[in-house]
Amino acid sequence: MSEMKAIRVAYGEALAELGEKNDKVVVLDADLAHATMTATFADKFPKRFFNAGIAEANMVSMSAGLSTMGLIPFCSTFAIFGAGRAYEQVRNSVAYPHFNVKLAMTHAGITLGEDGGSHQAIEDIALMRVIPGMTVVVPCDASETRRAVFAVSEMDGPVYLRLARLPSHVFEGEMPFEIGKANVLKEGTDVAVFACGIMVKAALDAAEALENQGISAAVINMHTIKPIDAECVMKYAKQCGKIVTVEEHSVIGGLGDAVASVVIGKGDFAFKKIGVQDRFGQSGKPDALLAEYGLTVPQIIEDIKSII
Amino acid sequence: MNVVELSAKCKHLRCDIINMLADAASGHPGGSLSVVELMAATYYTKMRVNPKEPNDPKRDRFVLSKGHAAPCYYAILGDLGFFDKAEFKNFRQLHSMLQGHPDAKRVPGIDASTGSLGQGVSIAVGMALGAKAQKSDINVYSILGDGELQEGQVWEACIAAANYKLDNLTIMIDNNGLQIDGTNDEVMSLGNLNAKFTSFGFEVIELEDGHDLESIIAALNVKVSGKPKCIIAHTIKGKCVSFMENQVCWHGKAPCEAERELALKELRDE
Repeated sequence: MSEMKAIRVAYGEALAELGEKNDKVVVLDADLAHATMTATFADKFPKRFFNAGIAEANMVSMSAGLSTMGLIPFCSTFAIFGAGRAYEQVRNSVAYPHFNVKLAMTHAGITLGEDGGSHQAIEDIALMRVIPGMTVVVPCDASETRRAVFAVSEMDGPVYLRLARLPSHVFEGEMPFEIGKANVLKEGTDVAVFACGIMVKAALDAAEALENQGISAAVINMHTIKPIDAECVMKYAKQCGKIVTVEEHSVIGGLGDAVASVVIGKGDFAFKKIGVQDRFGQSGKPDALLAEYGLTVPQIIEDIKSII
Repeated sequence: MNVVELSAKCKHLRCDIINMLADAASGHPGGSLSVVELMAATYYTKMRVNPKEPNDPKRDRFVLSKGHAAPCYYAILGDLGFFDKAEFKNFRQLHSMLQGHPDAKRVPGIDASTGSLGQGVSIAVGMALGAKAQKSDINVYSILGDGELQEGQVWEACIAAANYKLDNLTIMIDNNGLQIDGTNDEVMSLGNLNAKFTSFGFEVIELEDGHDLESIIAALNVKVSGKPKCIIAHTIKGKCVSFMENQVCWHGKAPCEAERELALKELRDE
């Protein structure tokens, strides 16, 4: 059994580690510190942690104010509230003046599970990606989350960091991580599979199974949705001629559309977007939800084969 | 700057505001004219800012939460020398630093982009909190409209300001009683603002005449400890231009050439 660790847990630990190294880092939460795991930072640096209470709009705008004082705010709550409820605060208080605020939102996607569709953000990547100057990062595992936290703290400007709730597979060894540079996990020639977040592991498992069926699928970890690594996308689109995207997000406006925007008008590519097909989430066990929404390995295999 | 000089300054600021709006043929006269004394008293008697060093970390901060009063903001910053007053001509024009609402990326001396109501005061709270966290003795000032108080975010910000005991924060309410669709009471009555802010944990100072410089300065000078300050200033929308005063229709309509001349004449003869 491979190592499992929740991305949000890695986020909390990375913040606490970053707090040691950079005293400008402050953290805000909206009464969910023990769920987003910012409590790990709060325990260590109580004076640099601000609980905004259940008031996400104020939290995001306060983060904007804190950033103008030379601080580096990491602002966290569930993705549905941070990217959804406080959308216009993200746009106007933070992104419009291009302030140095890191919006790290957890419990993204349907694997939030039992709390149901009201709490499952399936449109947050789309909402954040459409904002000019916003960097959008979706780490694939705990290890990449740590590197992403450090990397975004070192760049100037607004960032949306999309983080998952559940324990998930941790890839062995240190993958390279550079914002905006896609990470090729498996070479292939028949189909290029671009994935982000916890779907990277599922895409890789699907590609390995397909190898046994004589189909050569390349798998690319698109940890940065924006700015997208257009060079890498074009290279594998041309090399394979067929493109599949896999994301735990709506197929509208997310990774699939970001990849499609790169290749549109540049060739005749078969294209399949795997994700939530324009519907809301619902309550259920995360595994049952993944199956219901077509995001399990066997379903991904079938979807990939459908365009071969 | 003494009160007589400041009063003369306010007259000049109003002329600049009228000219900016008439040149642009667009913008918000009513609420720009009602905040003149509040903003001028804050900038010319209280704030530590240096136009030659607009990003000095030790500067006091100002956030115009009611961002549509931008012409008054620009008139003051231009007068102080943060940018060339020749820019006034470009207000609301393509590529101008003087956007319809304040843009922190473009204008030296502006620390927050505002205009979407309710957000500026939260940004000001963040600044005051950031100052406290870094043991900086700077002060933060913010002006809100009364209609803006209908935004729920304002009250989230007020809870936070009291919770964090931000005695380095002064918010001012430009209480002119009017908003786009009518009076506050016709649109959404605000009730007892003094009681509201007091119960939210602010030291409240209410000014019967929000254009009286001496009382504004006195209110700004009141020392508070362990709690934020709120100055509720009863003002007149469109103040000092007779045909604009207390007229809902002058919220977001620029004066035509004839109205410009009439307004400037009134201001000169005042």
